[in-house]
Amino acid sequence: MAAPKRGRSGSAQSKPWRPLGFILIAIVALTGGMFASGHNTPRLGIDLAGGTSITLRAVAEPGQESAINKTNMDTAVDIMNRRVNGLGVSEAEVQTQGNKNIIVNIPKGTNSKEARQQVGTTAKLYFRPVLATEVSGGAATATPSPSASSSASDKATDKATDKATDKSTSSSSATPSATATSQGRAVTDALKADATPSASASSKASSSASPSASSSSDDSTSKLQAQYAALDCTKKSVRATAGKGAKPTDSTVACGQNSQKQWQKYILGPAEVDGTDVKKAQAVFNTQTAAGWTVTMDFTGKGAKKFADITGKLAQNQSPQNQFAIVLDGEVVSDPYVKQALTGGNAEISGSFTQEEAQGLANMLSYGALPLSFKEDSVTTVTAALGGEQLHAGLIAGAIGLALVVLYLLVFYRGLSVIAIPSLMVSAILTYVIMSLLGPTIGFALNLPAVCGAIVAIGITADSFIVFFERIRDEIREGRSLRPAVERAWPRARRTILVSDFVSFLAAAVLFIVTVGKVQGFAFTLGLTTVLDVVVVFLFTKPLMTILARRKFFASGHKWSGLDPKALGAKPPLRRTRRPHAPVDPKEA
Amino acid sequence: MSKIGSIGARLHRGEVGYDFVGNRKIWYGISILITITAILGLAVRGLNMGIEFQGGAVFTTPKHVSTSVTSAEEYAEDASGHDAIVQKLGDGSLRIQIAGIDTDKSDAIKDKLAQEMKVDSESINADLVGPSWGDQIADKAWQGLGIFMVLVVIYLAIAFEWRMALAALVALIHDITITTGIYALVGFEVTPGTVIGLLTILGYSLYDTVVVFDSLKEQTKDITKQTRWTYSDIANRSINSTLVRSINTTVVALLPVAGLLFIGGGFLGAGMLNDISLSLFVGLAAGAYSSIFIATPLVADLKEREPQMKALKKRVLAKRAQAAAQGTQVQPETVDESYDEPEDAAPAVVGPRNQPASRTTARNQPSSRNRGRGRPSGKRR
Repeated sequence: MAAPKRGRSGSAQSKPWRPLGFILIAIVALTGGMFASGHNTPRLGIDLAGGTSITLRAVAEPGQESAINKTNMDTAVDIMNRRVNGLGVSEAEVQTQGNKNIIVNIPKGTNSKEARQQVGTTAKLYFRPVLATEVSGGAATATPSPSASSSASDKATDKATDKATDKSTSSSSATPSATATSQGRAVTDALKADATPSASASSKASSSASPSASSSSDDSTSKLQAQYAALDCTKKSVRATAGKGAKPTDSTVACGQNSQKQWQKYILGPAEVDGTDVKKAQAVFNTQTAAGWTVTMDFTGKGAKKFADITGKLAQNQSPQNQFAIVLDGEVVSDPYVKQALTGGNAEISGSFTQEEAQGLANMLSYGALPLSFKEDSVTTVTAALGGEQLHAGLIAGAIGLALVVLYLLVFYRGLSVIAIPSLMVSAILTYVIMSLLGPTIGFALNLPAVCGAIVAIGITADSFIVFFERIRDEIREGRSLRPAVERAWPRARRTILVSDFVSFLAAAVLFIVTVGKVQGFAFTLGLTTVLDVVVVFLFTKPLMTILARRKFFASGHKWSGLDPKALGAKPPLRRTRRPHAPVDPKEA
Repeated sequence: MSKIGSIGARLHRGEVGYDFVGNRKIWYGISILITITAILGLAVRGLNMGIEFQGGAVFTTPKHVSTSVTSAEEYAEDASGHDAIVQKLGDGSLRIQIAGIDTDKSDAIKDKLAQEMKVDSESINADLVGPSWGDQIADKAWQGLGIFMVLVVIYLAIAFEWRMALAALVALIHDITITTGIYALVGFEVTPGTVIGLLTILGYSLYDTVVVFDSLKEQTKDITKQTRWTYSDIANRSINSTLVRSINTTVVALLPVAGLLFIGGGFLGAGMLNDISLSLFVGLAAGAYSSIFIATPLVADLKEREPQMKALKKRVLAKRAQAAAQGTQVQPETVDESYDEPEDAAPAVVGPRNQPASRTTARNQPSSRNRGRGRPSGKRR
């Protein structure tokens, strides 16, 4: 037996107030923290609060099973987050679960249908030539660069741009610097060595000058004009619809944020290259050119050719028409300008990126190339009414469970309930407070299985007391008086509690790591309550027992104390000398 | 309490007790029988897999819709073109299950249903699952189960010994088989909630077993230093002495689950609460049974094969035979506790204290048994 400190019991037992004080301070501090943070209730999961929860499963393209990895999944989550929250609801949360699932939780009151469509369909990434752009909305509106108008003569497409520019110049003061900043990024050949003569590229480009744009009728152009003029990208609702659903072959308007975090609006030409043409994109820190963080792209064979074409065309133009916009789901995520035709099959976007920005952009660029599609595995829509009802039912079940356990403890352990019940309460308070605090910190949401887990945990918690109490009773049956009985019982009970709680915790941990969705919520609560059980038994139950063992009520074995030696059938001291018949044991060896 | 308490006391002292280990063959037999029944049930009837495992949709209407079950069934079948199962729940709402529909068709079906039933489409709860969702949960569950078993066996082998780990594993498999068997035989629907419940049994079933093992380990620490008891005797006593605790634990664990079951079944009619608590309830009961009747006797069985334990058994039996021959009954006497807690000692104690170091060796030796008896000092132990 793990050494019960024989002889005078350890110093810990002699200072029972210390752990008690500690745990009380912890409770007060945590509760205070809870109120201070303003999250007085645990965050509720979709099944309790109402809303829609979608579980998506990644499906790799055949032959590319290794594509389901953490990086790709994180990329997908990033993109989906953008898409769902672009709808104008920002509480939707997207997270990976397990290694191939993504969970999207959309709270009630959101257009869940639209959100579902958004996450269900694959994101579309296009490279579109920029026809016009300006900072949108706000007082400090900037015109597109002066060069825009001068370049208007260049191309057939520029009718649109022209008008746009006119309008905007007339309506707002020109701030040439705006373009300069938005044009801070340049696409260059990643590998200077293999830069082919730009002459050939440009000749190709000029010969095939923007075919679709020129074909666009005046009607649609003017419509686009009107749209562009009316577009106010600073409004979230406007952004949510701008440019969405545009066909890749049409010109469109779009919004995007420049490096100054200003919203900028664009008229964009037809898509020349799309996301699937990108083989790979990654953020690299360019040490050679001191360009800082850059994003490199590798194109597929077909993509390389298309990209060479478009860059060849663009390189000849003046700003902003030498820019192309990287458009993800209708939103411009980057608008680098092109210095020269890029024919090497790879390109580098440089500019004053931070590491984060560069990685974000690389992620978005690679998304189109992700050999993953997502399948809806389960969609749960819970109305607020049912959610509330389930929460209610869970709470009632918990109350009944708790009441039954308390009743049982009262009947069976009588006076000892004075220890058991407060211990349960402390455990309950800690669980509640920690759950509330975990909501904002790690995004823990209480769902129905988690409520179940908490209720089941009542049993585990109560069981620790039972182990301890039964041990004490055993010691009393051996003929000890209460205080030594408590001190002797504790080390043994402690070990039992630790061993069994460890097994319980192990089960919870394995479940948490391996499983998905609802099971995870359950496992989390179970694990949490198991840990709290150990904390409460060590810091609360045991010290309280030590203190109460000094009280006459318990020490004298009062009939109602639950520790009455007679009722427990303790060996009366006298019998021992004579040992009439003899119980056994090498027990307690 | 006093009655139970005194039974507890007598169990504790070994005055009363059930010979769990001695009768183990009976219980093994019963368990094997139950297991075979369970496996047969699984093989013949199979599990009634819920909609989550086939793919489909479950719609729950708001409370008190005027539509009757049969007409709801018609509507649902019209709307989806598939068979529909409609249940009326305890609170008056309807639960409509349609198997085999695609997740993307569900919105249309939901709208149609809402129209026919004249309720707001937004007030209908929908739970749509792709055909592989349930399998995925089940796969993960199996995976979790496998990992857990390996880890727990390693842990128990370190904390106790491999025989106990093995016995615990057998008990665990036993519990899970019985639980799934009951599901197959009764025909309860298996849902992800059931799987969750089943997985929780893992922790619980072992929790109970571990407590018994802990007491067993403690009591058999110096087993070879005495000749009065065989391993099986002590194993039996461990079970008996922790019996009260086992019962209490099981009752206390079952009470909240019962609360859940009551509320889940009675109040909500169906759903996750019900599913989890049902499998927990069955599993907990099986777990309590197996830790007492299967796990510990199994350890005893395995232990008795050890040469050391065989030798001990021989010695014990020889001694018993000798005692019988001498006509004196082997009085099971208390082995001296041989040391006192300082607080415990009567004030009168002046006699030489037992040296702690001599404790273990002295205690279990017959020669030491009478030590301290009749000492005027009143030092008894």
